[in-house]
Amino acid sequence: MSRLTAIFDRIRADGRPGLVTYVTAGDPDLERSADILRALDRAGADVIEVGVPFSEPLADGPVIQRATERALASGTTLASVLDLIARLRSELKAGLVLFSYANPIFRFGLDAFAERAAAAGVDGVLVLDLPIDEAGEFRGMLSSRQIDTIFLLSPTTSDGRLRQASRLGSGFLYVISRLGVTGAREAIADGAEQMVRRVRQAGPLPVALGFGISKPEHVREVGRWADAAVVGSALVSVIAEAGRSPDLAGRVEEYVRWLRS
Amino acid sequence: MGAERAIVGRRDPDARGYFGPYGGRFVPETLVAPIEELTEAYLATRADAGFRRELDGLLRHYVGRPTPLYEAGRLAAECGAIRVLLKREDLAHTGAHKINNALGQALLARRMGKRRVVAETGAGQHGVATATACALLGLECCVYMGAEDMRRQALNVVRMRLLGAEVRSVDAGSRTLKDAISEAMRDWVTNVTTTYYLLGSALGPHPYPLMVREFQAVIGREARAQCLDQVGRLPDVVVASVGGGSNAIGIFDGFIEDHGVRLIGIEAGGERIEPGHHAARFAGGSVGVLQGTRTFILQNEAGNIDLTHSISAGLDYAAVGPEHAWLRDQGRTEYAYATDAEAVDAFGALACLEGILPALESAHAVAYVRREGKTLPDGSLVLVNLSGRGDKDVQTVAGTLPPSWPLDGESRT
Repeated sequence: MSRLTAIFDRIRADGRPGLVTYVTAGDPDLERSADILRALDRAGADVIEVGVPFSEPLADGPVIQRATERALASGTTLASVLDLIARLRSELKAGLVLFSYANPIFRFGLDAFAERAAAAGVDGVLVLDLPIDEAGEFRGMLSSRQIDTIFLLSPTTSDGRLRQASRLGSGFLYVISRLGVTGAREAIADGAEQMVRRVRQAGPLPVALGFGISKPEHVREVGRWADAAVVGSALVSVIAEAGRSPDLAGRVEEYVRWLRS
Repeated sequence: MGAERAIVGRRDPDARGYFGPYGGRFVPETLVAPIEELTEAYLATRADAGFRRELDGLLRHYVGRPTPLYEAGRLAAECGAIRVLLKREDLAHTGAHKINNALGQALLARRMGKRRVVAETGAGQHGVATATACALLGLECCVYMGAEDMRRQALNVVRMRLLGAEVRSVDAGSRTLKDAISEAMRDWVTNVTTTYYLLGSALGPHPYPLMVREFQAVIGREARAQCLDQVGRLPDVVVASVGGGSNAIGIFDGFIEDHGVRLIGIEAGGERIEPGHHAARFAGGSVGVLQGTRTFILQNEAGNIDLTHSISAGLDYAAVGPEHAWLRDQGRTEYAYATDAEAVDAFGALACLEGILPALESAHAVAYVRREGKTLPDGSLVLVNLSGRGDKDVQTVAGTLPPSWPLDGESRT
């Protein structure tokens, strides 16, 4: 059983809302990213999505675009993110999902990437601009090394594609609650619950819901019908505000504990 | 004129949008269903005589097609013992070939029931063409443009606004075409139920490379028939500038089956072929995925996209259309580049010798002929796609002119 499957089994058994957190690796730099990952783990994040900075983040809103720029400016690459995961894997309880655009992985080489990700202890990979139709070969390379392929589902995804994603994906499904780019919002999107219900009908994989979640009440609300809530841009904003101040990790930990309250 | 030749051996991509190993649909999940809907709607128009009739009528009576094929004798005289024909897309309404595609896609948008159109623009010619088509068809229009491009193509910004379009400045990245495309895609992904994305080059996810080629193929169809009619034979060489590659694929398309005709695309050599100083993807690039398609791109070791440079905003882009990469693999097309300095020289030469101000993009194709004309066999017939007019570039070129321009009588005699 994969680590992600075990984590979601435990969340279901506990009957609590799971928490998936996203950070852009290398923002503000990789050393501090290591501190941030440890803080997220201490604060009880069930899964950490580790974002690989890419120069053309076309699915991201301004907050993650800025984080990406800072991470690239600090010299972060896919290879250095994999090194970071390799270094921290044994210390962390949380599941680690690499969150990337396609080109850095293609540039690395699919097979070389899968090999290195497996050695580093990556639990799952989500590639934003690699929809199911383009992911066949990649998925095979990951699954032969026991790495989960996480698919992203959107309100525009047809029922047929939901079933395809349930069949071909593993670990969990990442459902976005609204059209648009990443970014925190005041409220959960109307129709999010309905969307999760559609995904549940398509198959048994756990469901994490994201896009626009920033507060404990959002996490609790989402937890009533999904397995986990994903918090990304709001957390990245906390990191941006703390910058290189010495209490960066402390503020991250405090924010995530608040989310879980 | 305008006679349709029989189309044989159409080189359509496969059902997943691949031209050989290039193309595809590398998009976020939200865009998959809308792109499938677009593909179906587009393929339906290909078989629809009513759609063709409406578009052909607009191309004839509104755009002013067919555009002339003009023999540039004085330009040819300084390029060796060759003859040079210019396909005058600069004389199309709005001043560039971009209108062919903008009208076709705007008609498609209206047919799909979309009331709002978003587009990106580099040099501003596609933005102007889109704003024009939207004004004509009564569609709301929003154009994304890099802040750097807004500066160097200020005239076109005013034109778009006059035509009723909203122009949004993009401050991200290199603040050029690539960043405008990302921002237009973000708008599209947010407003996808009401909005049509009118992409201006033979780039992006399937079906755009196919659709844009087909809307631009009118250039090659006309040019081939005109060449036979006016000269009595096919050209030996066809030359076109290549940014994304829509004007080039449009004119090449007419000659693909004519295996004796060399097809040469000219990329932007910028200042020199070093990362950050050019936009010659086949000279300094490698295969990767950018903005929805797998093709030749300019990237670093980590897979991040290199900054590009060209004096011409329309060629200043890190990826080339996937069909160009495929045709090149097959040996059917060739690619070379011209530098900023060569393009500016060619701009001046065409102005002084022929009384034509070419777009800086098109000037790259003219520059190649001026440089390489002497290496071609005597009597070679060279067809150049003059894809746009240069009014928009007057300011940029004026900044590079020596104070004593015209330098001497040499280029005037």
